[in-house]
Amino acid sequence: MKARAFSYFRAATIDQALDAHARAGDGACFIAGGQSLVPALSLRLQAPRLLIDITHISELRGVRREGGYLRIGALTRHCEMLSEPLIAEFAPLLHAAAPFVAHPAIRNRGTFGGSVAQADPASEFPAMTLALDAEIEIVGPSGSRRVKADDFFVDLFETALQPGELITAVFVPLFKADQRFAFDELARRRGDYALVGCGMLATCTGERIDDIRISFFSVGNTPTRVKGTEATLIGSSLGTERIAAAQAALEGDLTPPDSDEVPPAMRLHLARVLLGRMLGRLGAGG
Amino acid sequence: MSGFDRSLLDDADETVRVRFTVNGRKVACEVAPRETLVDCLRNALELTGTHAGCEMGACGACLVQLDGQAVHACLMFAVQADGARIDTIEGLTESGVIADLQAEFHRRNALQCGFCTPGMLVNAHELLSQVTRPSRKDIRDALSGNYCRCTGYEAIVDAIDAVAKARSESGGVT
Ligand SMILES: Cc1cc2nc3c(=O)[nH]c(=O)nc-3n(C[C@H](O)[C@H](O)[C@H](O)COP(=O)(O)OP(=O)(O)OC[C@H]3O[C@@H](n4cnc5c(N)ncnc54)[C@H](O)[C@@H]3O)c2cc1C
Ligand code: FES
Ligand code: FES
Repeated sequence: MKARAFSYFRAATIDQALDAHARAGDGACFIAGGQSLVPALSLRLQAPRLLIDITHISELRGVRREGGYLRIGALTRHCEMLSEPLIAEFAPLLHAAAPFVAHPAIRNRGTFGGSVAQADPASEFPAMTLALDAEIEIVGPSGSRRVKADDFFVDLFETALQPGELITAVFVPLFKADQRFAFDELARRRGDYALVGCGMLATCTGERIDDIRISFFSVGNTPTRVKGTEATLIGSSLGTERIAAAQAALEGDLTPPDSDEVPPAMRLHLARVLLGRMLGRLGAGG
Repeated sequence: MSGFDRSLLDDADETVRVRFTVNGRKVACEVAPRETLVDCLRNALELTGTHAGCEMGACGACLVQLDGQAVHACLMFAVQADGARIDTIEGLTESGVIADLQAEFHRRNALQCGFCTPGMLVNAHELLSQVTRPSRKDIRDALSGNYCRCTGYEAIVDAIDAVAKARSESGGVT
């Protein structure tokens, strides 16, 4: 199918984009990489009257250090998440997740901000912003604000973004020497959305875990932090028993959706297997 | 100042003029904003080497190079490409940059109906310009977004692998 007819406006600045959206009202929609939006338009899941192209707004580009954070511009493409040295050094979890996001040609156009805004519960990057305790910078008609990832993902494809608001950047706390991370997912085929996926970031003193944030994707309506499971791990090192306790605790944190393809019990089982593998690796140095 | 004119909203069915450089030639055409790049290339510019399969980003038949990078022509609108440089399978063929890949695909029967082949070649070309000596796993990984319904992938992987080897032995990329 083809998209319904719409008008197209290429914004050169954030102000132009916000202004166009405000004037067009409900009928407007921003487009970044288009890798989720164009299929949605073709299927007529969405039928905006006006498409506002934000990809030429230079203010939304660039990756740089700012205070204790790495500021990742919304238009940073998935392929740049792989090639940008600052990401590899200061946000290695995102670097590790990037090759699992779709296929190379999709990574050439899809953007980090678009992925976070889309908030697909099966997507890698939204879940990683939770594990990283990142902050989403949002600008709208009434100014700009920063929302913690913990508060950003509200429900299925629903976020703290209000209509007409833009994500300008994501702020990720800089990776530190006493931290370890792990990323992995189980998928039927490389590049497909995962059956279950997970990313984690731990702060350690020697072998002891002082703090850990674990975030799953493809297991619920939103990316999901597993706080009960995290709690079982804090204050001790990662032995076999401790890992088994964490795996057992997952049941209290996750309520996988019912689907014909993957029954909830199987998804929970896969999540346990994945968690066990990843904690094992984390214990061995990450 | 905003460049947005409210009357734009009433123009949804109107066409707009876009200009790009396709296969080294400057072209202009009239497109409706809803027209995808693959439709524009095939219908307006009669470059039918770029194929439209799933039109959802899943099969890879529509891959072209946009400013030197492989992208799905079904996942962008032609208006978005205004000002860009586009290289299709026709251009890549004429320039000779993938002649060795094409010869190797031919030699190894890495195609039957040929529907997926333009996309496979664009993807293989991009892979080999980024990684000089990819492993077979790297090749499979790179092709994960390209469907072939005829040959299976063994011969395609063999062909790309052989070209990678030949190019690195001859000391350079074309
Ligand atoms: C075949 C296929 C496989 C895929 N596989 C995966 C996968 O395995 N994992 C994965 O994570 N993704 C996958 N994707 C989706 C892809 O990664 C998208 O690139 C990404 O999710 C959306 O980013 P985008 O820049 O393309 O956004 P767009 O498609 O342009 O926009 C998506 C939504 O976000 C809004 N938006 C975009 N940017 C902003 C912004 N800065 N501020 C506010 N709103 C904004 C848009 O209005 C729209 O509603 C796949 C896509 C395809 C076609
Ligand atoms: S037609 Fe574009 S990916 Fe299938
Ligand atoms: S050769 Fe027919 S689809 Fe690949």
